Amino acid sequence: MQKNDDRLVSEPDATGHWGNYGGRYVPETLVAPLDELTREFMRARSDSSFAHEFEQLLRDFSGRPTPLFHAKRLSEHGGGAQIYLKREDLSHTGAHKINNAVGQALLARRMGKQRVIAETGAGQHGVATATVCALFGLKCVVYMGAEDMRRQALNVFRMQLLGAEVVKVDAGTRTLKDAINEALRDWVTNVHDTYYLLGSALGPHPYPLMVREFQRIIGREARAQILEQTGKLPVALVACVGGGSNSIGLFHPFLADKSVRLIGVEAGGRGDSVGEHAARFKSGETSGGGRVGVLQGTMSYVLQDEFGQIARTHSVSAGLDYASIGPEHAYLHDLGRTEYLNAGDEEALEGFKLCARLEGIIPALESAHAILPALRVAGEFTRDDTIIINLSGRGDKDVQLVADLESHKH
Amino acid sequence: MSRISEVFAKLKSKRRGGFVPFITAGDPDLSVTEELLRELAGSGADIIEVGIPFSDPVADGPVIQRASERALERGTNLKSVLECIAAAKRRTDVPIVLFSYYNPLLQFGLEQLATAAPLAGVDAILVTDLIPEEAGTWTPLLAANNLDPIFLVAPTTSEDRLKLIAHQARGFVYAVSRTGVTGAREDINENAESLVRRIRGVTPLPVAVGFGVSTPAQVHEVWRYADAAVVGSAIVSEIERLSGDGDLVRKVGQFARNLTQ
Repeated sequence: MQKNDDRLVSEPDATGHWGNYGGRYVPETLVAPLDELTREFMRARSDSSFAHEFEQLLRDFSGRPTPLFHAKRLSEHGGGAQIYLKREDLSHTGAHKINNAVGQALLARRMGKQRVIAETGAGQHGVATATVCALFGLKCVVYMGAEDMRRQALNVFRMQLLGAEVVKVDAGTRTLKDAINEALRDWVTNVHDTYYLLGSALGPHPYPLMVREFQRIIGREARAQILEQTGKLPVALVACVGGGSNSIGLFHPFLADKSVRLIGVEAGGRGDSVGEHAARFKSGETSGGGRVGVLQGTMSYVLQDEFGQIARTHSVSAGLDYASIGPEHAYLHDLGRTEYLNAGDEEALEGFKLCARLEGIIPALESAHAILPALRVAGEFTRDDTIIINLSGRGDKDVQLVADLESHKH
Repeated sequence: MSRISEVFAKLKSKRRGGFVPFITAGDPDLSVTEELLRELAGSGADIIEVGIPFSDPVADGPVIQRASERALERGTNLKSVLECIAAAKRRTDVPIVLFSYYNPLLQFGLEQLATAAPLAGVDAILVTDLIPEEAGTWTPLLAANNLDPIFLVAPTTSEDRLKLIAHQARGFVYAVSRTGVTGAREDINENAESLVRRIRGVTPLPVAVGFGVSTPAQVHEVWRYADAAVVGSAIVSEIERLSGDGDLVRKVGQFARNLTQ
């Protein structure tokens, strides 16, 4: 078994900076609650009873560990490295989001907060949050863009069934970014009794660090599973990147394994210009890619116009449709430790269908973005090599959307 | 002594409370903003806060969000706002505080801004989402260009951070009257007075109170314990209400004058 040394650990400094990225760019009112949250998280992080309860809930409530599945027909189709799927879609509520929601809900309870707020894009984080709030008996309010509510009507109803109040956000682009703005406005107003359960590895310190820590379980399990099943490390990991929580959770335990390529797949949308995609790391004059900036509390790559106004984004999947990306990704990108590709709407739909037909697994449209790029990477390797794709969520929520898109085509 | 400090010194010697109106630049358009700056200066404004519109104003309530959207639809940007201020300052000498989110400043270039802003007649800059811990290069850059860095202090701000903020601030300290976003409220939270008292305990800098101050009675109440009252959403709301009215500038001036009566 290969040793996992910790030379590249990628830890932020005490104020949440990875190099120039991250930090805390927030109105003064939020500094005190962020300090309180940081203290509580740091205490919990070194408290074995917290870790025990977290792992127990993930096992008994969420169904972990999730399997690592050898996708033989997909591998054959790719004609290169063997493809393994990390089955986060089999988690309770159908996506990796539950890992972070369980961790943060435990924190909220430790802090004595009775009211939990969250934002959601595709609805998966909203459902996960509503679920843990039901479990812990906490009041739950979820902010969701009007456009996303239309795209993900099923998830809206799921949250309501779980007892959450879903608040429609009609501002700006009516997507994830605007839902985060509203959640921040709620938090700044109700800081005394409210816990903000942010769903991705972004936002002000300590969220990017904390969410990553709660999602690292994906990579820890995957690393042990691939070693157990194949006796060696994979040549690459491939995961979709919206805010970046499923990918950083998978990547992080492999950072020191220098031979393993860490590949994030951004939403390539439907074109190259600004507003047509959500590929923050796309480079080149006319790529419509991002520049370093500050959005929603953190410094990272941001899709924006020349004046610093945040750009519109487009993706067929609500969960990848975000103008910025978690700061740790920006840091690892600049270091060259991670690579970023992008897959357009059409490619994602093709991956979605391919996975369904060849493996009997309907992936979330977000996760589907990773499939074709992973097969291309697999083509660069031999049949003795392995690649892990993070199947971050299941696609039931997207079936109606895909059916509608298909019927428009014909 | 900065222009802002001069204004507060004068207010103190006259034993008068200061009046600081806020408007969003480019709402409804920059030519009206230019007129409004002059009109407000003639309607009792001691200092004017000029908001730079931003696509994602997380600290603002619906009124200023809508104003930002209107301004952005008109193509307002930091460069054109500085030109507008420069034009207005040819006809008035009222001190100007730029009030912005960080990203538009960052993309303009912090050094370029520190040079361009004083030339346009800007006296101070307040960045809503830039706390002193992240302002390590920003604050000295302003000081080197005779610009006052203004910081927010909130009811949630701890004693230690109060000192840190007071240490970096120049001109005045902006006390946020309550936890929450900008916007008119029926009552000014009693927290505001105790917050001002706490600030007085750590710095001799003047204190302005804002967020929710929207009526003449509230302005007078703030004057009882603070050096100045900031009125934003109430004025921006009036600008929105008067949209399309040919007499908008004069009527907003009258509205502002009434706030201090």
